[in-house]
Amino acid sequence: MNILLVDDSRTIRNIQKNTLKTLGHEDVTEAADGIEALACIAKQRPDLMLVDWNMPNMDGITLIKKVRETDKTLPIIMVTTEAEKSRVLQAVKAGVNNYVVKPFTAETLAEKINQTMAKFATAAT
Amino acid sequence: MDVKFINAFVAAIQNVFKTMLGTEVGVGKPMLKQADLVSAEVSGIIGLSGEVQGSVVLSFQEDAASRIASTFAGVELTLDSPDFADAIGELANMVAGNAKKDFVGYETSISLPSVIIGKGHKVSQSKVWPFLVIPCQTGLGNFNVEVALITNKKPVMAGGAA
Repeated sequence: MNILLVDDSRTIRNIQKNTLKTLGHEDVTEAADGIEALACIAKQRPDLMLVDWNMPNMDGITLIKKVRETDKTLPIIMVTTEAEKSRVLQAVKAGVNNYVVKPFTAETLAEKINQTMAKFATAAT
Repeated sequence: MDVKFINAFVAAIQNVFKTMLGTEVGVGKPMLKQADLVSAEVSGIIGLSGEVQGSVVLSFQEDAASRIASTFAGVELTLDSPDFADAIGELANMVAGNAKKDFVGYETSISLPSVIIGKGHKVSQSKVWPFLVIPCQTGLGNFNVEVALITNKKPVMAGGAA
């Protein structure tokens, strides 16, 4: 399973990679903004995407809207400091499937990833 | 500045450090920033805009900054490490974002972080818009959180009266 991590902070991408490793996911691609992420997706469609909200060049909401124009089934989890209800609703409207607020524990991130993948696995059967 | 904004930052600092670094933060009494305050060696800065405007600065001496950034990132980082500024910037981002969620009733956005590294630098403040300094103590070292915010909207904070 290929997982695309989109966050302008390499520190956060490393923390996420470590969590994914403990879950047995080592096939990870990284992007530092929405534009890089779109280029990665064009090369290889990931099986799951984790997306930050506030990034330079192209933010996470714009990225998600662009992805959803052509791909309704890519599992997307937003991982962001934006915690207000209005922001969560905005993200859901844009097309995210799950939401993790920073700061997060490894357990929370793992739970949301498992939850999201299980939902898509059920939908596919 | 409304004390509830300061309380939001205190809660955010403690939550971010506890969750991401496994570290408790002791918070001293907030005070107005004085011109003779010891200048910082590392500053992580976030701007706020919208119905609450201003900035928040996480301000460290070198040793504390290295230990805190290293614990956060899970690898040893010094001021010269390529990822040092990234770690400090992300910490500032998390503190500002986490505090912002308690600004209920205010539409506010945060900027991308900026990080200044250098002995003796100062982050200047407006005379009409002074920084409140929140002194923070941790087992990894001490640091300050400097907050300068204004709003012209009637306050409606989480847990408070509308």
